[in-house]
Amino acid sequence: MKPYSVLGKPIRRVDGVEKVTGAAKYTVDVQLPGMLEGRIFRSPHPHAKILNVDVTKARALPGVKAVITAADTLKKPYGNWRRYEHLLDEYPLAWDKVRFIGDEIAAVAAVDEDVAEEALTLIDVEYELLPAVFDPVEAMKDGAPAIHEGATVDHNVSETRHIEYGDVDEAFSRCDRVREDEFTLHPVAHAAMEPHASVATTGFSGRVTIWTSTQVPYYIQILLAGALGLEEGKVRVIRPHVGGAWGGKIEMFKDQYCAARLSQMAGRPVRLEYTREEEFATTRRRTPMKYYLKTGYMKDGRLVAKEARTILDGGAYNGMGPTALYLTGFFQAFPYSIPNYRYNGYHVYTNKSPSSSMRGFGGPQAEFTCDSQLDMIAEDLGMDPAELRLKNSMTPGYEIPGYCKVASCGIQECIERSMESTGWREKRGKMPHGKGIGMGCYGFMSGGVFNWINTPYAFSGAMIRMGVDGFVDVYVGSSEIGQGSDTVMAQIAAEELGVPMDMVRVTSGDTSICPPDLGAWGSRQTLMTGNAVKMAAQDLREQLFEVARGMMMPNIVYAFEAKDGRIFLKERPKRGVDLFEVVKVAVRGQEGQQLIGRGFYTPHGKGMVSPAFSFGAQVSQVEIDLETGKVHMDQVTTAHDCGQVINELGVEGQLEGAFVMGQGYTLAENLVTEEGQVLNPSFVDYKLMRAPDVPVKFESLLVETFEPEGPFGAKEAGEGLTNPNAGCIANAIYDAVGVRIKDMPITPEKILKALEEKKAKEKA
Amino acid sequence: MEKKLLHFTLNGDPKTVAVKPGRTLVQVLREDLGMTGTKRCCNSGACSSCSVLVDGQVVNACSVLACQVENKEVSTVEGVAEGGTLHPLQESFLDEGGLQCGFCTPGMIMAAQELLSRNLEPTAEDVRHQIAGNLCRCTGYVKIVNSILTAAKRMREAQS
Repeated sequence: MKPYSVLGKPIRRVDGVEKVTGAAKYTVDVQLPGMLEGRIFRSPHPHAKILNVDVTKARALPGVKAVITAADTLKKPYGNWRRYEHLLDEYPLAWDKVRFIGDEIAAVAAVDEDVAEEALTLIDVEYELLPAVFDPVEAMKDGAPAIHEGATVDHNVSETRHIEYGDVDEAFSRCDRVREDEFTLHPVAHAAMEPHASVATTGFSGRVTIWTSTQVPYYIQILLAGALGLEEGKVRVIRPHVGGAWGGKIEMFKDQYCAARLSQMAGRPVRLEYTREEEFATTRRRTPMKYYLKTGYMKDGRLVAKEARTILDGGAYNGMGPTALYLTGFFQAFPYSIPNYRYNGYHVYTNKSPSSSMRGFGGPQAEFTCDSQLDMIAEDLGMDPAELRLKNSMTPGYEIPGYCKVASCGIQECIERSMESTGWREKRGKMPHGKGIGMGCYGFMSGGVFNWINTPYAFSGAMIRMGVDGFVDVYVGSSEIGQGSDTVMAQIAAEELGVPMDMVRVTSGDTSICPPDLGAWGSRQTLMTGNAVKMAAQDLREQLFEVARGMMMPNIVYAFEAKDGRIFLKERPKRGVDLFEVVKVAVRGQEGQQLIGRGFYTPHGKGMVSPAFSFGAQVSQVEIDLETGKVHMDQVTTAHDCGQVINELGVEGQLEGAFVMGQGYTLAENLVTEEGQVLNPSFVDYKLMRAPDVPVKFESLLVETFEPEGPFGAKEAGEGLTNPNAGCIANAIYDAVGVRIKDMPITPEKILKALEEKKAKEKA
Repeated sequence: MEKKLLHFTLNGDPKTVAVKPGRTLVQVLREDLGMTGTKRCCNSGACSSCSVLVDGQVVNACSVLACQVENKEVSTVEGVAEGGTLHPLQESFLDEGGLQCGFCTPGMIMAAQELLSRNLEPTAEDVRHQIAGNLCRCTGYVKIVNSILTAAKRMREAQS
């Protein structure tokens, strides 16, 4: 046991009491006096030129207080790609063309939602319809309709990514065997319970305050300021509690822009909340991909070379798709040691809603294809697929020159412990027809080194204030979106300052109060914001130690420590003073100045991706109904290496939630479109997992390592866990009934069809 | 449309509200009475984020017209804790980690309360069945089921 007071324990969430009593306010709960209701007018066509937008009738409707079109905007493209301007392809409101069904053309603010809805019906838009394209491969062909005209767009390819290391062609030429496969991955929705929503108000000073459901308050501040033509300081973003996000809220969206612009025009607060249908049909989705995979290996199971090619269905705008394009290529080679690797990825525009970041950010697609193919390789070699993984998995210190260095890495222990705990060797390949066991493995980043937003500030900042009664206020710009980051920050501050948890309060997500922070994406907050909080706490603690030194006047050879509300000599713990006495003396001795600690973190010299990587192995056990093809989840075991565990309840919650989200991705969820129209934009037709669907038994094995770059040795536990689910389930299905589905999702229908084909083949 | 006076009991307090006939219960609770603990999510009865109790029965407040609760007793998440003391269900959700973003939590707690009001010895299967209509995108339901089972156990212990 490490000598920690609050780390590594199953501590209650700091926002829990508010949430279980209904007191917690989300953006959708914000009500201001005189508030108007906003609504957005959207394109009914997948691809068309806008000839004319007439809003005179809508403006004249009694109760309508403001209507905006592109004419009321700066017509400047915006987005997270401030450093890579060629990727900025989206405007606050469409002015020349619409590129998907749902593209935003105008917005209204009215006294209530009924009037706002009626105003939308009075907007007249004249279109010239254009031929549309919905499949990325079709979109890349000569003569396909051009969705964007830009110097860097060729055949609708908005971005390409290339990764290469080792000598790939030479390595393939000396492999004993080479295997090639193709896979198709489908789109799914983030489906956060709280929809995208904003409430904005503009004061007479011209300052804009916006409450919004976002993962990235600081991005919204700078992007909204840019789009409105304001200085950053004139925009204040407040992020109340957020009802889920998963990558669906890491960009500025039209609700934010329109609420703010309408509030400027109307001179009254404006609220704009998406309907569930808008959520499904017009926001972002997980990137659909076509994957080609070629792997070369030796007879003893050693993986030698790999080549991957992807075509991403990017939809109408880039969103964060180009990062998914890069990360799926990078994580295709994880968590295995493959010395020779080449990746080519193409991000292609189509006339559908944009695909973008979603939990795992390209990782789930990578690991499904990688893990499916690994099991096929194991079968070819007559090897146990878990042994194949053990033989090829990364080890601590693994380096991909120019790309990354893996310091801590517990993947081998994760594989071994998940095998042991599930009785893998006795079960795999040995269970009755219809029952199966499968494994998937993963590695993921603990925050990205990317600065596409082009911030001049540190990636994370923290400020800690201690009052004379010893109570501690932590100010961070990170985003609590349900994942528990405020609790993690409170624990880090409490541990470092030696005070109990209930004396720490975290204020996050208000750009006027908190230091800039890149926000919640790429599993970055525990490591990056956590480091900033730890540094701020150390800064404050050192100030207290100086004062304690003056009070105690010890021999100068002694060092100080803070724990359990005391400051004492590390080597002689009995000699110490009450921390709160020190605080009082410190404040009085400095003319009443506040005690403030400051901290920051930016990764330096950490390669192209991340300063640290989490690892894990997952084993699922399934039973398949041979009559219906339905997959029943008996048990799931996940062994996860997130470095030092900060909060056991939090990590387990992430593991369980990520698995069930991945189970939905694998077996049921699918955002179906026809000619660009989403056919299932509701919880009735889009199938999220429900309580009776999830595994009867869920086992979390926390494999602790020490990550030198992380606070107290901690790293990520939010996204990586989504990556192995699909491969792990697909492999269990194969073990159960001997069919391999390469076209996601793996529906009962596909399983039955494959079983029939298998039977027919065996007869022939 | 003409507003009508609606009389009902909300968490034990008598209420009289003037409402338009087409308003749903969730609209009246959230917008007219400012009781935002009950969440509106899909507005079509498919996610149960807006679960409340009407005369002890769990219903989706988005699918009930406000006028249907005339003279009835409505209970929402704001009424679960009594006199500044959390209900065993609320304590259990905190101890077991039965919530993350918290948006489905009020609905889950109301659905659970209805179950425990008629069955203090539920099995895991009973609990999963009871919350089958309540969507959660965060937790994977595992810790929610544990929270409800723990609450039942604590309530049984408190009774004996």
